[in-house]
This record gives sequence, structure tokens and C-alpha cells, in this order.
Amino acid sequence: MKRRFLAYPYFIWMIIFIVVPLILVLFYSLTISTENGFVFTLDNFKTFLQPIYLKVLWRSLSLAGISTLICLILGYPTALILASRQMSKKSFLMFLFVLPMWMNFLLRTYAWLTLLEKNGFINTILSFFGIEPIQLLYNDGAVILGMVYNFLPFMVLPIYSVLKKINHSVIEAAEDLGANQYIVFRKVIFPLSLPGVFSGISMVFMPAVTTFVISRLLGGGQYMLIGNLIERQFTSVYDWHFGSAVSIIMMIIILISMGVMSKYDNQQEGGGLW
Amino acid sequence: MKKMKFLIFLSALLIIATALSGCSASSENAYGKNSSDKKVLNVYNWGDYIGEDVIAAFEEQYGIKVNYDTFATNEDMYVKIKSGGSNYDVIFPSDYMIEKMINENMLQKIDITNITNYDLIDDQFKNLDYDPNNEYSVPYMWGTVGILYNKTMVDEPVDSWDILWDEKYANQILMLDSLRDSIAVALRKQGYSINTRDLNELEEAKQALIEQKPLVLAYVGDEVKDKMVGGEAALAVVWSGEAVAAKRENPDLEYAIPKEGSNLWVDAMAIPASSQNKEAAELFINFMCETEIAFQNADYIGYSTAHKEAKYLFPEEIINDKAAYPLLEELDSCVIFKDLGDFTKEYDRIWTEIMAQ
Amino acid sequence: MVRNAINRLYLFIIFLFLYAPIIVLIIFSFNDSKSRSHWNGFTLKWYIELFQDPIIKKALFYTITIAILSSLIATVVGTIAAIGIHNMNDWKKTVILNINYLPILNPDIVTGVSLMILFIFARIRLGFLTMLLSHIVFNIPYVILSVLPKLRQLNKHLYEAALDLGATPVYAFFKVMLPELMPGIITGALLAFTLSVDDFVISFFNTSSGVTNLSITIFSMARIGINPKINALSTLMFLTVLILLFIVNIRTSKDIKEEKL
Repeated sequence: MKRRFLAYPYFIWMIIFIVVPLILVLFYSLTISTENGFVFTLDNFKTFLQPIYLKVLWRSLSLAGISTLICLILGYPTALILASRQMSKKSFLMFLFVLPMWMNFLLRTYAWLTLLEKNGFINTILSFFGIEPIQLLYNDGAVILGMVYNFLPFMVLPIYSVLKKINHSVIEAAEDLGANQYIVFRKVIFPLSLPGVFSGISMVFMPAVTTFVISRLLGGGQYMLIGNLIERQFTSVYDWHFGSAVSIIMMIIILISMGVMSKYDNQQEGGGLW
Repeated sequence: MKKMKFLIFLSALLIIATALSGCSASSENAYGKNSSDKKVLNVYNWGDYIGEDVIAAFEEQYGIKVNYDTFATNEDMYVKIKSGGSNYDVIFPSDYMIEKMINENMLQKIDITNITNYDLIDDQFKNLDYDPNNEYSVPYMWGTVGILYNKTMVDEPVDSWDILWDEKYANQILMLDSLRDSIAVALRKQGYSINTRDLNELEEAKQALIEQKPLVLAYVGDEVKDKMVGGEAALAVVWSGEAVAAKRENPDLEYAIPKEGSNLWVDAMAIPASSQNKEAAELFINFMCETEIAFQNADYIGYSTAHKEAKYLFPEEIINDKAAYPLLEELDSCVIFKDLGDFTKEYDRIWTEIMAQ
Repeated sequence: MVRNAINRLYLFIIFLFLYAPIIVLIIFSFNDSKSRSHWNGFTLKWYIELFQDPIIKKALFYTITIAILSSLIATVVGTIAAIGIHNMNDWKKTVILNINYLPILNPDIVTGVSLMILFIFARIRLGFLTMLLSHIVFNIPYVILSVLPKLRQLNKHLYEAALDLGATPVYAFFKVMLPELMPGIITGALLAFTLSVDDFVISFFNTSSGVTNLSITIFSMARIGINPKINALSTLMFLTVLILLFIVNIRTSKDIKEEKL
């Protein structure tokens, strides 16, 4: 179909603004700077294979994975409820949902400090009930909370937009055929919403792995995550070669995991490598 | 259809409102050139690091338009300037960054004779290691690193870095989320130079920091001030400027520079090599060295000024506050950071090992 | 009925979770101290100082302008591209999709720095144009990711049916496809706008010459502490959008009531 050609202008844009920079990053990852200019080597990748960096990688992946899962668990019902509200309120609620994201991210994360601190808001309220202050900050939980907080709308929005337009006659047909609410959901609604779910997971997991502000502020810097590592390589250490190598490794890992996910997704609209 | 019309009307309102707020913004086209041919000066500074009316005053006095950009860390600024593409005329690097940039020929010499107010800068900040002949920088703000502690939570004298390793204060200690500053604390504790390149010494410092980790509540940035004011911790490693502000908010707090010595830091003004506006840059730097302006800056920022005369415009409590203006003897043991060059990678590796535990 | 109540409660809790920090932010914009955690009394001084600060006003201007422009352009380009991609089938589609993902999956700093090098290499002076371009780069993939699922949901035959009934392709597109795609397009536009307003790293490395945005201004205050003027600004922005939303909502419910009549 001729409509295919609609993608071609964007294809050219992508080559200029995504592929070329990618080649630059790849170039940096495969070289090191010496007095004689750039020398090709795999040293940057080898450096990453030390246990200390692998530990950082694993921690980042698991934290991001847990956060994504929680986003999905919390976000799917939210999308479901939002999509089933009456007409006029839907868009309004959706905008309300996104509105907090327009406040600066750093500012909102600082506000969480005010809420979660030892003498912060939540603990102050708890103390009215005679409960001892709980350490709500500077642990895994706080970092996951921060990540879920920041990425929840990215999970809810795509799922919501798909759920909203599920053809009601399909649901009615299923009900007519004798299915109860639970089966209607499991066999009809959920499968139809999968493309939105995959979009949501992609938009949450990937940034969650590479974020560093949340772990610094809410994790108390007790966590070295891959995002911190990469950011430091590009700024303080100024070792763009190592930084690029780590980024390429991240890219490959994520593309592979997306490829695995796409096995559940025949038409590859959620996209993977194969 | 009605809905569409209304939405369009709203969007038009929004755009007009934005344009109105933009009216007080500069009239730049995409290429950063000014539509009128007024002289333009590009300044690159830390965020919130200048008096509120200073830029307007400068623009009025000299008729030069100032484009004011901000950065968050020395390293971010370094990447921007090194890569080219931006054309800053005045920048505000810290000591070790100035040294690094001089070594890499990224700064141009300042004609000190054009900085007529230069004698008003305190001599103790001239001829420092990072710029021995005062050719490339003019000091702006300075401070020390020390321990901020809560008198009600700490009953012993605070005079040594060792107290940060005391198990009595487990989970009550705040360290800085800055690799050089924290490693420097450990190095000083062991008695080594904060600029060491000796791997054994660094290994010891690393071990010390790993030992300390379970006792540390968190590695923080600027939020340390609020935390100490709120009583979240008993001890914290802070920059002196933060300490002064914190003490004002919570009189239970006190600042001390440990006897083993600490870090002295200086932020200064410099002109990048790529700048084509040296004259205007020097005018700006000189302007910042005027007593009244230096006072406004220090007053707004809350840090200690390197300007002799401006210092005395402050009330007694501040001049005599040892946190803001320590006596010379106390500063004896304070050392300025040197640029580590390629050796930064080692420090970074060690920091990763400590943090990834 | 119980179901309904549970649903509402759940939504309420989620919204509370989302808005808790915002409420804290707003409260502390009236705090008579620079502290983020220590209440020192009520004051309006931050609001007054805000209106006298030219740097923040300029940052606000650029933030909104670039956010609107980049999300508009990204939405249009992204939607068209998504339609094109949806109609591809072979390895070319996979390749394009995966390349499209890269700005999302790359750390901001990598995207930011690599784009910066690209611009410098092409001798484009960093400023408004480069910041706009870089925002469009990371916005389009999100638009595509939002529209693609809707395209997949679309009934392929609707469009053909419209053509069969005598509609021109353009008419069929606007009257048949577009309404079905609208939720995805709006989601994409919203996401693009949100990301653009809040972006620091990519913007920081791709701008200069006095073109700055709110995120850069705020993150630059990290060393010295965020000035409550920013809280004041955020509160004002929040209230403005909230009021606008309410107005639109009231208007649309009026419209619906009129239609029903």
C-alpha cells in the first residue's frame, strides 16, 4: 500500500538525528584517545565486565523491573477505571492525571523528601497516633516509590487510550455468550489491551533503568545505579569512551529483552529485534 | 464545533500569555544574535549565584546586554565549553577546574590592569596554586568544608574527622554525595593529602569509607542544610556557606573545621579562550568587584565573599562567625583541590566500589 | 454499587499519591524561609520576588514555547510516521521501529551529548533551534509509541469502506481514521509536552546564548538549594492549568447537555 511511504520522511529524520549520533556513540565506545588520535579497542567493554560494574547493572535492572511491575499493577486498574467513566469526565480526569508531571521533576522529588523524612509529614502524622518514626527514606522502597511516582502516568496513558476504544459490541457479544465479568476481562479486554501494555512497559522500564536523580535524592546516594555511572563518565571523569561503551551495552540488553517480550506480540507493534 | 472554537480560543489566550511573559525576555532569533546591534555579553554561572539586581544594574550602567545561562556542576560547564558550540565570555569555575582549563588552554589571560577594583580582593585568595600569577581568574566566593553538628545531639567536642566514624552516631551521619569531597574526608582522616595519587593511600581511604557506610544515613547534596535544620541527623559534612545558612535557621547547629585539616574552595571568574568579547568581559568582572556589588552578591547568595571591603559591610555577627570567615590560623590546614587529570578515573573507580557495596 | 465505590476510592488514592508532593510544593511556596522542610510562617514574598526576576521569566517563556512547538511538530510527524510504519510488514518495519526506540531507551545524557556533537559538527550554533530540534527528536518516538497501538486496534476495513462509499482518501482519513486515532494522538501529544517541559539533560547540552528553560534553571540551583521562587512559579503554573481544565470541562459538559436536548 502506498501509505507505507508516509514513513519515509521520518526515516530520513531518524537517520540524521538518531542513527548518526548512535554511530558517534558506537565510535566512542570502540576507541580510546591516545596522543596519536583514536585507537580501536574493545577495552572499554572489557572494563565493564568487572564484578563491580555488573553488580551496578544488576541492581539497576532489578529496581527498574520491580518499579515497572508495580506501575503495571497499579496502573492497569487505574486505566480500566478511567476508561469506564462517563464521557465528559474522561478527558478531564486524564489531564488531571498528567498535570503533576508538568511540575518540575526535581521539585517533586524534593517534596517527597519533605513527606518521607524522619521529621517529615508522614512521620509527624504517625506520631499523633503514638507510632515511632519509621525510616521511609534511603532504602530500596523509597527509590521504587520515586520511580513508580514518576513513571506511573507513562504506564497508564497508553493502556487507557487503548482501553477507551475497545469496541463495546465485542464485550456485549461475549456477555451474551454467557461469559461473566472475570472471563470477559481475561479473554476479551486484556488481550485487546496488550498493545497499550507493551507501550507502557517500554516507556517505563527503559527510562527507569537509566534514571539517576531519584536514586540520588531518595536513595541517599547509597545506590550506584547505571544512570549515575554513565552520567559521571560523561561529565566528571570525562571518559566518553567508557560511558559510550556502557550505554551500548545497556542498549543491547534492552533491545534483547524487548525482543523476548515481542514473542508474545505477533504483529510486532510493541516492536522487538525479531 | 463549539468545543473546537472554544479550544482554539483558549490556545490563543495561552499563546498570548506566553508571548507577554516573553516580552520581558530577550529578543533573540535562533542564532543568538541580537536584532539590534547592541553589544552582547554571555555569562555562564552557577544557579542562583548572583545578586538579584546585579545584572540589570550592569546592563544599565554599561549599555551591554547580558545573556545569562546557568550550570549545575563544574563538570557540566566543562563539557559545554570544551565541545565548542557555545560562546561564553565570562564563566565561574571552581579552583581545580580553573587549573584544569588553564592546562588545556581553555582560558585566556585577563588584563589585570583593566580590573581596577582588583586590589579590593583579599590577598589571601591571590597567587594560589591553581592560578599562581593571577593571570586567568579573579576570586568571587570562597569557603571551607567542615562538620556541621547539632549541639543537642552531640555532647562531645567536634574537632576531628574521626567522629564521623563513631558508632554512637550510627544513622545520624550525613556525608556528601560528591566523590572528591567524601574521599578527601577519608584521606584527611588517615592523614594523607586530599590530592594524592598514591594508590595505597586511596585504597586505605576507600576501606575507611566502606567501613563507615553502615553508619551513614545518606550521601546528600544541597538537601543537607534542610536536613540538619530539621534535626534529621546529628553530624554532616557541609560546605561553609550552607553551614552559615543552617545556623541561622537552627541555633542548635554549630560548624567546626577538624584539626586534621580540610578543603578550602574558591569560585572565581574567568574568560574562556573562545570568547571574542574580552573588553566587555573585563568590564563585567570589574563591575562584580565593586564593593557594593560584591556585597549584594554575597548577601543574596549567603556565601563568603573574597572581597575585602564588602566583607565589612556585613553585620558583626557574620564577620565574626568563624563558619563564614574563619581565622587565618584555622585555614592553615585547609588545602585547595588540584586537578587530577587522568587520575580522576581512579578516584571514580574507587567511588563506584564504595557506592556499589 | 459497591464496585463503583471501590473504583472511586481506588482512583482517589492514586490521585492522592500523585498530588501529595504537589500539595507540599504549594504549601511551601508560602513559607517564610528558604527551607523545604521547616515551616517558618506565612509570606507572599516569593511571589513578589518571582515577578521581579527576569531570568525565570525568560526561562518560562522558552520552556512553554519549545514545549508547545516541539509537541505539535512531533505529534504531526509522529502520527504520519506511525501510519506509515503500521503499513509496513517486513524487516524494514522492525529496523525502523527499533531505531525509533533508541531515544527512549538511551540515557538522556547519551542522547544529549551525541546530539550536541552532531550540531557542533554541522556547525550549527547552539541555541533555540538546536534545543527545539533535540526536543522533537525525543518526542516523536513517544508519539509513535502512543499512536501505533491505536492503529492496530483500528478496523482496517473502515477506511476501505469509506472509500467504497465514495469518499476521497483525504476525507476518509479525516473523518474516519482520525477520530479513531484521536485518543492515541492526544496521549502522544500530552506525553511529548510533559517530557519537553521537564527535560533537563538533553536541553542543557543543546542550548546556549541565553536560551534556557525552567528545568535547567532549577537543576542549576542544585548546589545552593532551590529557591522558593520556583515553588511560587510552579504553584501559579499549576493553578493556571487547573483553572483552564475546569473551564474546558464545564464547557464540554454544557455542550453535551445541549446536544442531548
